[in-house]
Amino acid sequence: MTSHLETAANLENLRRIAIDPVSRVEGHGKVTILLDDKNRVHQVRLHIVEFRGFEKFIQGRPYWEVPVMVQRLCGICPVSHHLAASKALDVIVGAKHLTPTAEKIRRLMHYGQILQSHALHFFHLCTPDLLFGFDSEISRRNIAGIAEKYPETARRGILLRKFGQEVIRHTAGKRVHGTGSVPGGVNKSLSIIERDELLKDIYQMVAWSRDAVLMVKELHHQNPELYNSFGAFRANFMSMVGFDGGLDLYHGHLRGRNANGDVLFDGVDYQNYTQLIEEEVKNWSYMKFPYLKSLGRELGWYRVGPLSRIQNCDFLATPLAEIERREFIAYGGVMPMHAPLAYHWARMIEMLHAAETIKDLLHDDDLTGSELVVSGERAFEGVGVIEAPRGTLIHHYRVDEHDLVTMCNLIVSTTHNNQAMNEAVRRVAQQYLQGHEITEGLLNHIEVAVRAFDPCLSCATHALGKMPLEVEVLNEAGERLSYFARSGAGTHAC
Amino acid sequence: MINTFTLDGMSIPFSEGQTIIQAAMAAGVYIPHLCFNPQFKPHGSCKLCTVKVNGRQSSSCTHQALSGMVVESNTTQINDERRMLLQMLFVEGNHFCPSCEKSGNCQLQATAYELHMMSPHFDQFFPDRAVDASHPEYLLDFNRCILCSLCVRASRDVDSKNVFALSGRGIKSRLIVNAKSGLLADTDFCGDDKAANVCPVGVILKKRIGFAVPIGQRSFDEQPISASPHPVMKEV
Ligand code: SF4
Ligand code: FES
Repeated sequence: MTSHLETAANLENLRRIAIDPVSRVEGHGKVTILLDDKNRVHQVRLHIVEFRGFEKFIQGRPYWEVPVMVQRLCGICPVSHHLAASKALDVIVGAKHLTPTAEKIRRLMHYGQILQSHALHFFHLCTPDLLFGFDSEISRRNIAGIAEKYPETARRGILLRKFGQEVIRHTAGKRVHGTGSVPGGVNKSLSIIERDELLKDIYQMVAWSRDAVLMVKELHHQNPELYNSFGAFRANFMSMVGFDGGLDLYHGHLRGRNANGDVLFDGVDYQNYTQLIEEEVKNWSYMKFPYLKSLGRELGWYRVGPLSRIQNCDFLATPLAEIERREFIAYGGVMPMHAPLAYHWARMIEMLHAAETIKDLLHDDDLTGSELVVSGERAFEGVGVIEAPRGTLIHHYRVDEHDLVTMCNLIVSTTHNNQAMNEAVRRVAQQYLQGHEITEGLLNHIEVAVRAFDPCLSCATHALGKMPLEVEVLNEAGERLSYFARSGAGTHAC
Repeated sequence: MINTFTLDGMSIPFSEGQTIIQAAMAAGVYIPHLCFNPQFKPHGSCKLCTVKVNGRQSSSCTHQALSGMVVESNTTQINDERRMLLQMLFVEGNHFCPSCEKSGNCQLQATAYELHMMSPHFDQFFPDRAVDASHPEYLLDFNRCILCSLCVRASRDVDSKNVFALSGRGIKSRLIVNAKSGLLADTDFCGDDKAANVCPVGVILKKRIGFAVPIGQRSFDEQPISASPHPVMKEV
């Protein structure tokens, strides 16, 4: 456990390093580290500047506006919010069962989102660390460096992402901030032309996704020592699984396991998530720390996202991804894999699953159907859950008799992972920083651990790879000992 | 003999009593406008339709056409001023197009596209205006009101109900509902009223419709406002 590193016992004579902002992640976060004069680590915290104003902002708005409005929370995976809100509002409008066309169009949209988000994260944000090395030459440790050294890898990353965006455009009307999903269903199905356009490329996408799994698997096999231990910590994990126990990123019920992989709970209707999860507020972070009520504050924190999902479900319904899942599980042995770097492997298995699922959906005639919306008995409270690219996403609303929203609670994936990400950065700080002269390369190890979770730190959009990074090392008197600044152009120490 | 005037160098025929904008529309020439709707008496408040008549500025929705007059409309200077008026309308209210259900069917948004408005330019006022959701079938979102008075004119002149009124002056002007409670539910407003279907922006909305019409099929997705200034809204 690394919990003793959450708060230093004695702040005297410690110097503070801030990695602000953490780069190549979505949004704005910073890591602060307190070290003593022998560079021993005393405190490590990941702070996330999260945008919480939305829950207030949405109050007093008509409910049908919500699925479109919530997308403004995030420019990176707006579709996840679009769909989670729609699912909550399905409950409000009494749409117990969507039409086959509506459900499949939403699934298609969602798996398109998974594909584009996973491709972006792996190829654009993470291959620079994984292919060049965590402390490699910083000037090329970015997507431009990848494009130069591994042009085919970079090209595939771009095209996989683009394909995912096209799926979104055809189902939601626009690549970003579309309107396709509405309470009780969808507002459009696919035309034959749109479907055929996607069909044309999908086989290539499946093949490239498979290659991506092979690539990340190969990295694990080449350097098991690093991949299995880097920032590794044991944790409970949770995700939604399909009603049949298979991986289902769109719908199902909640299942959780402890660090040994034993089932803690299963079949939990997410309408009752408040009975399962409690959110703790800590005075040093804007973001809450959720935990499982049954295990309590200390022991109840958990991990969400691809690493949890792939190990939490019983099977994947698509053949190529299922082969890869089995290999992944076999690699882990009797215990679940807890290594943060295994997130990448699991994420690529999901990307393959998403591509295969899209392929299957595109062969389903329901996609071009015309029955789009249903409604039933009106309700006043609803919860919608979706497995977003980064993990479980919960939307919860109350709506009054005049159709206005009176309460909104959101628990986003990154919030679920708050404690887990803090554990990872503390572990890495212990493993790599302890007792060493701090260099940019060493600090990047911390960022690599954060990036593995693919956190979406806020709704802010920054130009990719251009985030400035400033690291300042001060002594206890507040005097600057060393300083790094990285602009989009490179690094200089002064 | 046919009466004509020139508009940006084109000869525009008109009949006795027509305003410049009416004659221009009849001839298929678009002059940007918001508070004008050919079905109602002009109000002359938004000033978007401003043109130069023989070198002097005037509202084309109220200015009678006269034989031989020289009218300029589509000039850089006038369009710059129109864009500024639009920017002021945007910042005075809360117009969040990406999450507004009227997006794609909104005349304010379409006019802004037409005139290449790229940003609000001025500081946002972010006024605090509550939504009136009291009516079972209709919603009033005052955040988007541009005070064009079309609903006022429709309710008074067509529906004979006087449900709406403009109150206050200058920057304090606002739309009110004629009921003691101030709530739409306490008026005799109903969905068949002309006033229910006249708002050029997203204030008077039928409930539970939201984003039923997909992107690509909304009025101004199909053609710009200059080609069809008053499209008939699609029934869902
Ligand atoms: S509610 Fe609509 S029609 Fe009425 S004044 Fe405001 S903008 Fe004009
Ligand atoms: S349209 Fe003429 S003043 Fe508004």
